Amino acid sequence: MSVQDYTSRLSDPASRKMGTFSYLPEMTKAQIRKQVEWIVRHGWNPAIEHTEPQFAGSNYWYMWKLPMFGETDVDAIIAELDACHDANPGNHVRLLGYDNVTQSQGANMVVYRGDPV
Amino acid sequence: MNIQTSKTYDAGVKDYRSTYWEPHYTPKDTDVLAVFKVIPQAGVPREEAAAAVAAESSTGTWTTVWTDLLTDLDFYKGRAYRVEDVPGHDEAFYAFVAYPADLFEEGSVVNVFTSLVGNVFGFKAVRSLRLEDVRFPIWFVKTCFGPPHGIHVERDKMDKYGRPLLGCTIKPKLGLSAKNYGRAVYECLRGGLDFTKDDENVNSQPFMRWRDRFLFCQEAIDKSEAETGERKGHYMNVTAPTIEDMFQRAEFAKELGTPIIMSDYLTLGWAAHNSLSKWCRDNGMLLHVHRAMHAVLDRNPNHGINFRVLAKLLRLLGGDHLHSGTVVGKLEGDREATLGWIDLLRDRHVKEDRARGIFFDQDWGAMPGVFPVASGGIHVWHMPALVAIFGNDSVLQFGGGTLGHPWGNAAGAAANRVALEACVQARNEGRELEREGKDILMKAAQHSPELKIAMETWKEIKFEFDTVDKLDVQHR
Repeated sequence: MSVQDYTSRLSDPASRKMGTFSYLPEMTKAQIRKQVEWIVRHGWNPAIEHTEPQFAGSNYWYMWKLPMFGETDVDAIIAELDACHDANPGNHVRLLGYDNVTQSQGANMVVYRGDPV
Repeated sequence: MNIQTSKTYDAGVKDYRSTYWEPHYTPKDTDVLAVFKVIPQAGVPREEAAAAVAAESSTGTWTTVWTDLLTDLDFYKGRAYRVEDVPGHDEAFYAFVAYPADLFEEGSVVNVFTSLVGNVFGFKAVRSLRLEDVRFPIWFVKTCFGPPHGIHVERDKMDKYGRPLLGCTIKPKLGLSAKNYGRAVYECLRGGLDFTKDDENVNSQPFMRWRDRFLFCQEAIDKSEAETGERKGHYMNVTAPTIEDMFQRAEFAKELGTPIIMSDYLTLGWAAHNSLSKWCRDNGMLLHVHRAMHAVLDRNPNHGINFRVLAKLLRLLGGDHLHSGTVVGKLEGDREATLGWIDLLRDRHVKEDRARGIFFDQDWGAMPGVFPVASGGIHVWHMPALVAIFGNDSVLQFGGGTLGHPWGNAAGAAANRVALEACVQARNEGRELEREGKDILMKAAQHSPELKIAMETWKEIKFEFDTVDKLDVQHR
């Protein structure tokens, strides 16, 4: 294959990335379920955040309710992701796994991508 | 009448073992413990050689001196308390030495090692000597400075979670102009890398002075951040001929608002590095650490200092990243030994594990962890193994594996990022990376032409030289 241009542009909002897994295609429902299971398996506390895409650079996105401390029901976590997405169409929605041993996040991934701006 | 001591002065040379060999000694929690691999001169018994090492690295000298009687030698002396066979080696043995707390200045890695690996390494009674491991008691850990930020604070500052970080050393390592160098940095960062890196010997040569390099690299960081919406950094190497120059460069990097700088801790010197590490915490600057010169100290299996000790002392001195070997690339590195010292860099408590070359339990208290950096001779095909071996808390650096992409650095960077994320996603889904790696990468390449080309370019490269420094775990 001949040399290809790398098409990222300042002027093209679609060039903006959003962390882990943003260089892969958007996840299917089945793939999201596997990632939720990964968080639950580690005993991390699931949490959901969302933001208007133009403010994605902030550390602090809007919390969707409170972190789901101790929640291990994968369906319940997925239902909250969907509820956040339905209530905030056009926003990025990300799933976090809070790891209270490291005082950090074991996982953090955008599962619904908002509209590029 | 004062009768506190009944000792008398008896001039002359005594056997070391009469004073420094104590096989019934139980090490105290406050002792610094060390294990040396010793090959004694012919005819020197093990206990005598071990005692000599303990003596020469603590209070002893070759002859009795009357001033010995003015101090409480039992309180201050190091003690050889155990000898063990080295598996697979007829001449060498392990000597375990306990050093009392008050032999050392608090918080001074420099002081500890001036004793432990000082004159004793040139000592005639031993043919060769290697410091294999050191147990630092918690009082010493707590008086050392430690990483300026540590793994988890760096994740928060750089906003990167749930995956290894991705970097690249800019090549050719010497000879580029500052502006062309900045171009190479920009292309890597816009393609999806988190970091690019100055090479260890990029300081301030005539072809590229440090100030010009920092300015162009900062523009590359700023533009790639705006373009991708992600946080980026370039390890600006502040290693310099003098401390004053080092701090001048660090201060300028701070003025630019750059997130991370770097040092070569062995050639820079430990005291200078410790000062820089403190400065980094005070100024919110991440610190990447390169280990140039380590192989001089750690490669000979019979003489020198094992890298696990150099890794532990760097954690004490302070650094947020440290090059640790790749296991799979072009540079030396035994897998189990590497796994041992990456645990020592990252974990809060590490248990004795002879299979990984770890001789002592090590409690780090709340001292933050250091990111191990895998760098050198690796490319996309190594990604599944690297993610499996190193896990999330690591920095994977592809130099040639980014810059050598047929479409350029941005495409090379994107290929690596896609490969990394595909491996992390697959691992999280419960797949076995080292077995299914090929399938995972092939599938990811279906939506990434950059990865597809990278996989075609590097498929044939293999690095399968045998490791010189192997763990002494079996007869060979």
